[in-house]
Amino acid sequence: MSKPAAAATTPAAKQPTPAAKQPAPAAGPHVAPQPLPVQRSKPGLPPDVAAISASNSSLKAFLHALPAVDPVGLEARVAVLGTRSIKKDSKLQLIDLAISMVDLTTLEGADTEGKVRNLCRKALLPDPDYPDTPRTAAICVYPDMVRTAATTLAGSGIRVASVATAFPAGRSSLEVKLADIALALEAGADEIDMVIDRGAFLSGNYAKVFEEITAAKKACGQTVLKVILETGELGTYDGVRRASWLALLAGADFIKTSTGKVSPAATLPVTYLMLQAVRNWHDMTGQRRSVKAAGGIRTTKDAIKYLVMVNEVAGASWLDPDYFRFGASGVVNDLIMQRRTQKEGHYSGPGYVTVD
Amino acid sequence: MARVAVSKTYKLYIGGVFPRSESGRTYQVTDRTGTFMANAALASRKDGREAVSAARKGHVTWAKATPYNRGQVIYRIAEMLEGRRTEFTSALVDTLDMDPAKAAEEVDAAIDRLVHYAGWTDKIAAVFGGSNPVSGPYFSYSAPEPTGVVAAVAPSGNALLGLVAVIAPIICSGNSVVIVADAATPNVAIAFAEALATSDLPAGVVNILTGQAAEIMPYLASHGDVNALDLSAAGAVLRTTLAQAASETVKRVYAPKGSPDYAAIPGTGRLRAFLEIKTLWHPVGAVSLTGGGSY
Repeated sequence: MSKPAAAATTPAAKQPTPAAKQPAPAAGPHVAPQPLPVQRSKPGLPPDVAAISASNSSLKAFLHALPAVDPVGLEARVAVLGTRSIKKDSKLQLIDLAISMVDLTTLEGADTEGKVRNLCRKALLPDPDYPDTPRTAAICVYPDMVRTAATTLAGSGIRVASVATAFPAGRSSLEVKLADIALALEAGADEIDMVIDRGAFLSGNYAKVFEEITAAKKACGQTVLKVILETGELGTYDGVRRASWLALLAGADFIKTSTGKVSPAATLPVTYLMLQAVRNWHDMTGQRRSVKAAGGIRTTKDAIKYLVMVNEVAGASWLDPDYFRFGASGVVNDLIMQRRTQKEGHYSGPGYVTVD
Repeated sequence: MARVAVSKTYKLYIGGVFPRSESGRTYQVTDRTGTFMANAALASRKDGREAVSAARKGHVTWAKATPYNRGQVIYRIAEMLEGRRTEFTSALVDTLDMDPAKAAEEVDAAIDRLVHYAGWTDKIAAVFGGSNPVSGPYFSYSAPEPTGVVAAVAPSGNALLGLVAVIAPIICSGNSVVIVADAATPNVAIAFAEALATSDLPAGVVNILTGQAAEIMPYLASHGDVNALDLSAAGAVLRTTLAQAASETVKRVYAPKGSPDYAAIPGTGRLRAFLEIKTLWHPVGAVSLTGGGSY
């Protein structure tokens, strides 16, 4: 299997890489084969955003020139990364890191202020028996619950994220979407999670998606903007790669896998592609963008697989709540149980953690 | 040309499926003459953990089922065994060198034991619960409820009857069980699991691990999500260490003195060991003050 890093060749770096010269098999005593050196694509020139986004056809030309994804190689690579065995102290450190990366989320029609306040308390003190458990990165709620969350979390350093732009479908006019963002910002949101118009993306109207993201970014100003690609609706890995680049070109601070309302939500392969795009973007422009994997992450084992992948694909400096997040709620309980198992030396159970 | 015999590999029974051990380990099972008969999975700590989470899920479904339905399902396990009497009889003869007549007797006793407990399911509430006479204006009721997830050790003498005699009273009231089968006769335990898998028993209600009780049980005894231990078949040394480990998470421990006679008529001891009695107090309301209340 070829190293997938080679497949990450950015469109700006199109010069063919010389085929790696392999020494001819030596006749005589058997020599153990050396592992191939990791090939990182050479950073190309920063993309000329103005030229690329000039029209729908120029956007299309850029996005469709991105290297095609090899699905078999991608899935095989991800499967290998998932087999790392991480134990004891390293595991405990990763559990703590994972908890500190969680956007504790409740996005239900049945949400009440009480439920949001309870979730905020959980973010502040995830495991009351072990006050040294790190706090989560943020709380993620609907815009009308932002004020409740912001009041409860005031001064704690935990951020309040709000979904906006007609979440989860995104089927509304730009005016309504911007008004939704304004509502959340006015209520005190620190981060905005917007959804892209998947219908426009799938029908090739990239300019519409681009314009909506730039308009949202303008409305957000200094507030962090997370752009939800809803990879479960994009159909192909190529679609995920194109949507990631489109969002990065349009100025997304975070690219986020899913709303959590569509199955499949976050998967390891799509997150791999998004991390790769963010890494390439950094290589080309020097800007450090972030990734959020949301939905479908339920166990500590899952979370650790993601962290291994962040380290391998984006780099160790992305192992930071500013650059990688989990959008989840249930995984926190499993992380807490695993943390207790590490601390107490025996397995814990769901009877020892809060029911959200 | 002589046919090559297909020897079976016995796997674990966790959450209604038959996985290999997560550790990849196996051990050899020999027949009465000491010759190789089959490989069996040697369960590990992590298999124990998987079994407990499967048992927790199974318990939720099983405890919610009506007692009548639980009785039907346990009766169906008996039906499944009835259809495989010859298989179990020859398994007992092959591995334990039992007299064929005695082996058949043990299989019949195991089937009868299941029918016995199938009859118990919808009588538990009436026999162990009821309304309590209290001196006050209250209705007071006691209702038995299942304890939850029970970890058990299977006896080594009576390969089938012992296994059934331990499992049936535990699941009868709505508990789920993780049982470590006797290391010498995993073939009997897993054949029983195959009967369970075809008897409408919800996944995870019974989970059977094959391997060494001394290796797996300490992790189950200290596990925070296990509610009770059945140590009636564990040796004296193991009993003490497991009971100590269980105290950390305040588990119910059933470890009667002596070694039980599984062939004898079962009392209610095993049944009661894994029941919790919930008592409810409700004020007696006067229908109207003018109608003349009882107080």
